[in-house]
Amino acid sequence: MTGLNTIRRAFIKSALVLAAGAATLGLPSVSAEEYAEKEELKFGFIKLTDMAPLAVAYEKGFFEDEGLYVTLEAQANWKVLLDRVIDGQLDGAHMLAGQPLGATIGFGTQAHIITAFSMDLNGNGITVSNDIWDQMKPNIPKDADGKPVHPIKADYLKPVVDKYKSEGKPFNMGMVFPVSTHNYELRYWLAAGGINPGYYAPHKGDSSGQINADALLSVTPPPQMPATLEAGTIYGYCVGEPWNQQAVFKGIGVPVITDYEIWKDNPEKVFGVSKEWADKYPITHKKVVKAMIRAAEWLDANNNANRPEAVKILSKPQYVGADYDVIANSMTGTFEYEKGDKREVPDFNVFFRYNATYPYYSDAIWYLTQMRRWGQIADEKSDDWFMETAKKVYRPDIYAAAAKELIAEGKLDAKDFPDFATETGFKAPQKGFIDGITYDGTKPNDYLKKFKIGLKGADKI
Amino acid sequence: MTIALSNMPWLETVVKIAKGENVGQNIQIILKTLGLPLAGILVFLMIWHAAASNINTSLGQFPGPADVVTQSKNLMNEHVTEREKAEAFYERQEKRNADRVAKDPDYVPKIRPYTGKPTYVDQIGTSLVTVLSGFFLASLIAVPLGIVIGLSSNLYSAFNPIIQIFKPVSPLAWLPLVTMVVSALYVTDDPMVPKSFVTSMITVMLCCLWPTVINTAVGVASISQDLKNVSQVLRLSYMTHVIKIVLPSSVPMMFTGLRLSLSIAWMVLIAAEMLAQNPGLGKFVWDEFQNGSSDSLGRIMVAVITIGLIGFLLDRIMLMIQRYVSWDKSATLR
Repeated sequence: MTGLNTIRRAFIKSALVLAAGAATLGLPSVSAEEYAEKEELKFGFIKLTDMAPLAVAYEKGFFEDEGLYVTLEAQANWKVLLDRVIDGQLDGAHMLAGQPLGATIGFGTQAHIITAFSMDLNGNGITVSNDIWDQMKPNIPKDADGKPVHPIKADYLKPVVDKYKSEGKPFNMGMVFPVSTHNYELRYWLAAGGINPGYYAPHKGDSSGQINADALLSVTPPPQMPATLEAGTIYGYCVGEPWNQQAVFKGIGVPVITDYEIWKDNPEKVFGVSKEWADKYPITHKKVVKAMIRAAEWLDANNNANRPEAVKILSKPQYVGADYDVIANSMTGTFEYEKGDKREVPDFNVFFRYNATYPYYSDAIWYLTQMRRWGQIADEKSDDWFMETAKKVYRPDIYAAAAKELIAEGKLDAKDFPDFATETGFKAPQKGFIDGITYDGTKPNDYLKKFKIGLKGADKI
Repeated sequence: MTIALSNMPWLETVVKIAKGENVGQNIQIILKTLGLPLAGILVFLMIWHAAASNINTSLGQFPGPADVVTQSKNLMNEHVTEREKAEAFYERQEKRNADRVAKDPDYVPKIRPYTGKPTYVDQIGTSLVTVLSGFFLASLIAVPLGIVIGLSSNLYSAFNPIIQIFKPVSPLAWLPLVTMVVSALYVTDDPMVPKSFVTSMITVMLCCLWPTVINTAVGVASISQDLKNVSQVLRLSYMTHVIKIVLPSSVPMMFTGLRLSLSIAWMVLIAAEMLAQNPGLGKFVWDEFQNGSSDSLGRIMVAVITIGLIGFLLDRIMLMIQRYVSWDKSATLR
């Protein structure tokens, strides 16, 4: 428990420093006296609805309120985006939660990336092609109206995968990046249904992640998912919105499950910057986080009242660019599975509620456990290692500083945030997983032992 | 539009009719020179319209001529709106700068360029600037190189294999190499031109070098023996020989090469922009493809037509320059 104590101490310390600072400056004028070290910034994003906090902070002038002149630029894929943050072409970017962690521990590209802002909860789905859907549909139990009972487990897909396997045909599926939420979610769902998604073995130079796999997962950039599915290269994929709803609109595939049903309120994207950048421009970083907290709050305010306006912003070609109706489908609290089967998923996209923007250590550790589970972390690691790595990457201290300024300026209310004096950075043990397993962020190794499929303890590929 | 007019003989004929010369015959000429191209375009539009309404993609119907008109209007409207937003942006910025100077007198106000998205018109501008700089750079290298190897058959034999090997290389093969080299060598804190511009420009240059080199060399090598003899009799120095004899007589071939180069440059640029995500029309097409909205195909079609028109105009401009500098005004150039 030493880790926890250090965190608590660090919190109290930073709270004291801030309080002292606020006292000498006089509260409301804190930000008026401070100016960003770097005012012209360029942020990257991938065309997904969860980039919304960036677009909103720009369009609603929250960045400008902080004296920041931000340019937003769509990137081709997650690898390009990460590389450009590392080499400084981008000041920061909309990232997969696993990217800063993966980069910091050196899986893939090695670089110290940190995050002080979590961009959203949930927002992904798994879609299979029409053909696969027809084959798995007979296995799915129906309710009184003859509609499939949700959540649809991978158990119903297993016979289809087994059939392909016995015929010697590879069962290919797409995800967006090796350290993406989508990779871990797809793997979690498949493994929960008894389908082995395969292991990574970086120490042997194998980064395909297909060792002992029943379903072969490979990388496809999000916007190209529907086209790749249509071309028949993959039979299903896990991706963020609007690319699941796009498949419904185009009539090329059927979303079977949302990540909300795989893990209720799972952390998704983060805003990542390089450690070097954050150290060089601390005030700028804080101001960026302030603007994005305001944007996230705006997105969820008054029970999603602003969502239609947000959808309009996102449907502009320079942001997500898909049709208004496609984006609106998921952003306004519904999700369309099979064509016409539209169901309420009010929390499909959460930007601010449930402290969605706070960078929890426990979220970071969950991603690290999945990296270990699938062999991206080849060797056994101690619980302390998990804590230290999470603390290296997730920076609630910066978040707290930004939030406190917003409270002092009267822009937001203290009750919108966790209580910074007592917050440990660990969520209480979480239950909402599809396989019923409980996750306790303080005991990562115990958690790994609960999985039937996956590496644990001293296992090595 | 003077460029286009000078290539339209029907205009001359209209003038003749106005003067009352050979009215009947001239009307026939007009019908032929103006009517036939128009009829061709009309038939094409009809076939396009009919075909488009029969092609259904997962993004909706293939765009017909009407969709292209609608989307062109949309793109123009977006351009206007974006310009208005830019105005507002500058106003806000000036106000913010003034506020800050009031509080912090040491602050030197700075006007930052607009941070919004480039409009379609901006993208066209970027592409044109990039292609022209790449082409000029290529010409600066290719013309002298062509002359030197054209003058000496030994040099020609030495260079020929290299030229023949590099000539068919696609821009897509060069691009990764150029990108990495530019990233490594072009390092400044405050770059005068963006890296992406340099990458696109050099890729364009590498690909459009060869037709000019080859054609110039051939043009130089095939100067008539009489002219060479004259030069020798007059004992012209090397430079005078090049300027007075070689250059003028190889101009037609040189321009054939330059025109080929420019059209290749334009095609290469679109591909390079698409692949490297460098600003310009190519990126516009790729972005729209990625967006996959119901307007996307129509907007891509607008870009296709724009790319074609600009390519055509560039070629016409080269033709005009060629006519102007060529000594043989009687030769038919097309």
